Amino acid sequence: MYPKRISAIKFDVLSPQEIRRMSVTKLVTPETYDDDGFPVEGGLMDTRLGVIDPGLKCKTCGGKAGECSGHFGHIELAAPVIHVGYAKIIARLLSGTCRECGRILIKDERRDKFIKEIERLKSLGQSYEEVLKEVFRLTKAAKKCPHCGKEQLEIKFEKPTSFYEIIDPEKKEEEKLTPKDIRERLERIPNEDLLAFGLDPKAVRPEWFVLTVLPVPPVTVRPSIILETGQRSEDDLTHKLVDIIRINQRFIENREAGAPQQILEDLWELLQYHVTTYLDNEVSGIPPARHRSGRPLKTLAQRLKGKDGRFRGSLSGKRVNFSARTVISPDPCISISEVGVPEEIAKELTVPIFVTQNNLEFARRVILRKDHPRASYVVRADGKKIRVIDTNREELAEKLEPGWIVERELTDGDIVLFNRQPSLHRMSIMAHYVRVLPYKTFRLNPAVCPPYNADFDGDEMNLHVPQSLEAQTEAKMLMAVQEHILSPRFGGPIIGGIHDHVTGLYLLTRGEKKFTKEEALEFLRAVDVSEIPAKDVYTGKEIFSFILPKISIKFKAEVCQGCDACKEENCEHDAYVVIENGVLLKGTIDEKAVGAFKGILIDEIMRKFGAQTARKFIDDMTRLAIGVISRLGFTIGIDDEDIPIEAVQQIEETIAEAERRVEELIRAYHEGNLEPMPGRSIEETLEMRIMQELGRARDRAGKIAGRYLGMDNSAVIMAVSGARGSMLNLTQMAACIGQQSVRGERLTRGYAYTHRTTSHFKPNDLGARARGFVRSSYKSGLSPVEFFFHAAGGREGLVDTAVRTSQSGYLQRRMINALQDLKVEYDGTVREQTSGVIVQFKYGEDGVDPMKSFRGKSVDVKRIVREVLGEVRE
Amino acid sequence: MSYEQLLEQYPFPQSIKEEIKEELEKLKVKKNVAKKIIERCYQAYLANLIEPGEAVGIVAAQSVGEPGTQMTMRTFHYAGVAELNVTLGLPRLIEILDVRKNPSTPMMTIYLEKEIAKDREKAREVANKIEATYLRDLADIEVDLREMKILIKPDEEALRRKGLSLDELKDKIDKSIKDDFEQEGEFLVVKIREQSYKHLMDVFEKLRDMVVMGIKEIKRVIIRKEGEEYVLYTEGSSLKKVMKVKGVDFSRTLTNDIYEIYEVLGIEAARSAIIREALSTLEEQGLEVDVRHIMLLADVMTADGELRQIGRHGVAGEKQSILARAAFEMTVNNLLEAAMRGEIDYLRGITENIIIGQPIRLGTGDVELIAKLGGMKK
Repeated sequence: MYPKRISAIKFDVLSPQEIRRMSVTKLVTPETYDDDGFPVEGGLMDTRLGVIDPGLKCKTCGGKAGECSGHFGHIELAAPVIHVGYAKIIARLLSGTCRECGRILIKDERRDKFIKEIERLKSLGQSYEEVLKEVFRLTKAAKKCPHCGKEQLEIKFEKPTSFYEIIDPEKKEEEKLTPKDIRERLERIPNEDLLAFGLDPKAVRPEWFVLTVLPVPPVTVRPSIILETGQRSEDDLTHKLVDIIRINQRFIENREAGAPQQILEDLWELLQYHVTTYLDNEVSGIPPARHRSGRPLKTLAQRLKGKDGRFRGSLSGKRVNFSARTVISPDPCISISEVGVPEEIAKELTVPIFVTQNNLEFARRVILRKDHPRASYVVRADGKKIRVIDTNREELAEKLEPGWIVERELTDGDIVLFNRQPSLHRMSIMAHYVRVLPYKTFRLNPAVCPPYNADFDGDEMNLHVPQSLEAQTEAKMLMAVQEHILSPRFGGPIIGGIHDHVTGLYLLTRGEKKFTKEEALEFLRAVDVSEIPAKDVYTGKEIFSFILPKISIKFKAEVCQGCDACKEENCEHDAYVVIENGVLLKGTIDEKAVGAFKGILIDEIMRKFGAQTARKFIDDMTRLAIGVISRLGFTIGIDDEDIPIEAVQQIEETIAEAERRVEELIRAYHEGNLEPMPGRSIEETLEMRIMQELGRARDRAGKIAGRYLGMDNSAVIMAVSGARGSMLNLTQMAACIGQQSVRGERLTRGYAYTHRTTSHFKPNDLGARARGFVRSSYKSGLSPVEFFFHAAGGREGLVDTAVRTSQSGYLQRRMINALQDLKVEYDGTVREQTSGVIVQFKYGEDGVDPMKSFRGKSVDVKRIVREVLGEVRE
Repeated sequence: MSYEQLLEQYPFPQSIKEEIKEELEKLKVKKNVAKKIIERCYQAYLANLIEPGEAVGIVAAQSVGEPGTQMTMRTFHYAGVAELNVTLGLPRLIEILDVRKNPSTPMMTIYLEKEIAKDREKAREVANKIEATYLRDLADIEVDLREMKILIKPDEEALRRKGLSLDELKDKIDKSIKDDFEQEGEFLVVKIREQSYKHLMDVFEKLRDMVVMGIKEIKRVIIRKEGEEYVLYTEGSSLKKVMKVKGVDFSRTLTNDIYEIYEVLGIEAARSAIIREALSTLEEQGLEVDVRHIMLLADVMTADGELRQIGRHGVAGEKQSILARAAFEMTVNNLLEAAMRGEIDYLRGITENIIIGQPIRLGTGDVELIAKLGGMKK
């Protein structure tokens, strides 16, 4: 189905004639409902404007509530008022045109030049705001009309809607221009001159900026709601319109009664206020109109503006059906391309079956089913929706014919979109296949957590069911999880093993571990491997090789110590991975090989064998790892960070030594013996040297602790394999937490003017402990003062995160807005769709997709050379 | 046939050609093998090309924006040069995309001409010519309120360090103030013309803030040895003035002030400056982002020959579509203006089509050829 397209939308200003033409009635009374609760004729709820109450019929079109979308009415304003939104251009026009003849205050040749420039910029799609400013500057400065020779007076514009003519600048004599005067002046401006002010005479006449008729939106735009008490509560717009009509009527009455000029002027002013706030209730310079409760009214501009306004809240983002949301929890047993859906949700959501000759029988069977993937609704060819219940099931199955739609409950194998907010990149919405499971949470393989940035501490996710075959096909082909294993951000894998997956494989493949047949079979139980060579003993590397596709690759593992000269195959740390033809010969499998963001193996498999194989590898790899870690057992407890007494002593000494050296530095500073670093003051130098000294002390303490913890320690295993945590975390747990900082400096501020951080220290103490150095470890516990310092450092981290999310969110919104219309054309150029501007002649200078690129490189030459040489050798 | 000639037959981008050539030369493979490798590389290249219709802009924006949440907010010491504070992380990225005219920490990296680059003394000389030296750094300045005069006591040691003679100093002072002064012993005494305290203090302040030598904008210069040669790092930036300083190799000299590069060297230089600065900001935070995304960002910002910021005063604000502008920021203003200018929205972009509820023209929505399935008829 190819939809009709709207080709363009033209914007212009409504003329008074237009407003009257589209109006169905003139509104004259401020009353809305009569005593019986019926809308008053000529009032704001007039049934000619459409209806909202069920039962009533629209007097214009005869439609009931919901059928009639409403009709405009109008108010004849007793006196003209300025439209606030156009006050600025009115100011420009008044000071730019002759007060007598209405012509622009520059010569025709000059005007034509400006008009030409504006046209030129318009055709280029560039901003011509600068030209308009120049015209304004020139015309404002003119003292005399070049056309009729009349002297000009300066116009003073007082925000938001008042205009004055300065008669004598010295005596400060000025005269207020009434909207009526202004309208008369604007009427005199000829069409030809308008172009120079940036106005299109085909779309607008300047006098329309001064309102004489006010359009009244249909009732459906401002529906009243009935409170629980039975009282009617009107919409803010209605309230405002009531105000306008009331003042308008009073103005007319007073004028007819011959009231004094002053009273009329005050009423005029009041009318202006109400119309202004009706259009925009946040105009600076006037108090916003308020509801009886004191809440400012939400008028026209407020409805459109801002995040929850019409544009961003209702038009750019829309509400959807066929969606579900619940808490997520992990399930390593399902594939990464699947999602576990609770039965309750599966019974609620539906997928349409479009009945044709070919699936008629199948559709019939679905209708007749009494348990889970049942049909919940049937849509007849005429569009009528019928709920399938026990009593009409057989009848509907009987009547079923091609052209009908059967809405079937969600079931295993259906494709759905799965999403976690914030949706920062396209991997935040991916397509999964449904697995209907018991209990009430969505289940998801932990290996897909990185792209969603999800964890299971209470995160919720959303699920959407595509409803057309096109959408389902696109979801399967473009949005499926395996299509997003490589990230377009850097051309590397973003889905891969995390936490236990890495630890498990590390335990399996490290060194030459031997496993019995029984163990090997247990590891591989959940994995899709059907045949393994019969042996009594398998090495871990052999077992891992069973799930490896036939790849050949060599690389340094995460556990690599970074020796000066790499011994490659002969690495004594087993950190050089060698895989030949799908057999792991040397090296340890860890984060570098299979981890999310790093996963060299995943990358290689993806490129060589494609998405499906890579998906299968990730599934097998994670299951194998879980099998291994479950069998071998892996745990961490508080005594894992125990270090022997001699280590504690060594650490104590190191820190004491560092503190001594800090004292020395401070003494040198006080004695004036400290040599400043180039371009730094002595104080700054001191701070930097102390920070350096203490940082070094912590590192040394960490090294000592690390030495005694050994490579068998669970926490160390996690840190070196890249599964979780770092050596720094371990250092802080076992040895010393180290310097706390705020804004990159040691803690300096305390209670005002005391020159110390807390009262435990002497004023101006610059020593390590007085400025936030925490020498305890998390395990040994912090002293009260240390605890305080630690909290100060920790607080900064929290504030930082809070500020950062809002800032980066706005940055991203701006970037998306600036770049969203860019597209690669069939000729390889990148163009902006609205203006057609060519932004790049070849995307990224080489036309290569970053996702398919090898970590940014357009072709992985080394791999191809390796492959070809391998083939040639064979 | 050499490897080069073989490569000539394929329309590769230059960078790939060079890499293949390098690999082939390293291995010295036979011709037929080389041919096979090149052919295979070409196939891989074709397979890696971007698909028409791809929403490269959105992907670029996401790729730069997503890691933004992982960036730090603080100013840090510039990698390697501990003496300089440079804005890094998210604030710096925002600064780059906003095209701020006054970046919070302007900085220059100045390379010297080959002949003098290895000479510490010469480097020091150039640095002296660049670093702003105030009179207050070279002399003690005092006001004698009773006698209505200002006493300047030059610090000979400081003068020597800056390579300035006393006469040169006098000359400079003479040029900058109108009042008379003469030498009295070790003092230079300024006798003011007008007998008012206000004038006295004005002259005093002027003297104190007087730049005797160097470039006003550059507050500090740090000399560092990098490999063989000496490199100057500065706090503050003035590309135009530094370019004119003798001994500076301005073809290698850099500044982190993008707007200044745009003004002095033009739009293409600004484009590469944006790419360089954005990339190094991300890299420094340990975030991997493909250059192509940043290139696209820089190209959009520089596409019409002027530097445009990402935001309402730049790219997003100059959108052709009224609806797209209204949906971004300043909704009401955009609609009112569009009406008085009689603008037309041709609904070619993304937001517009979302707003009115029709398929967007991107990716699979960009296809115009539709197959009607004949068998579908009843």
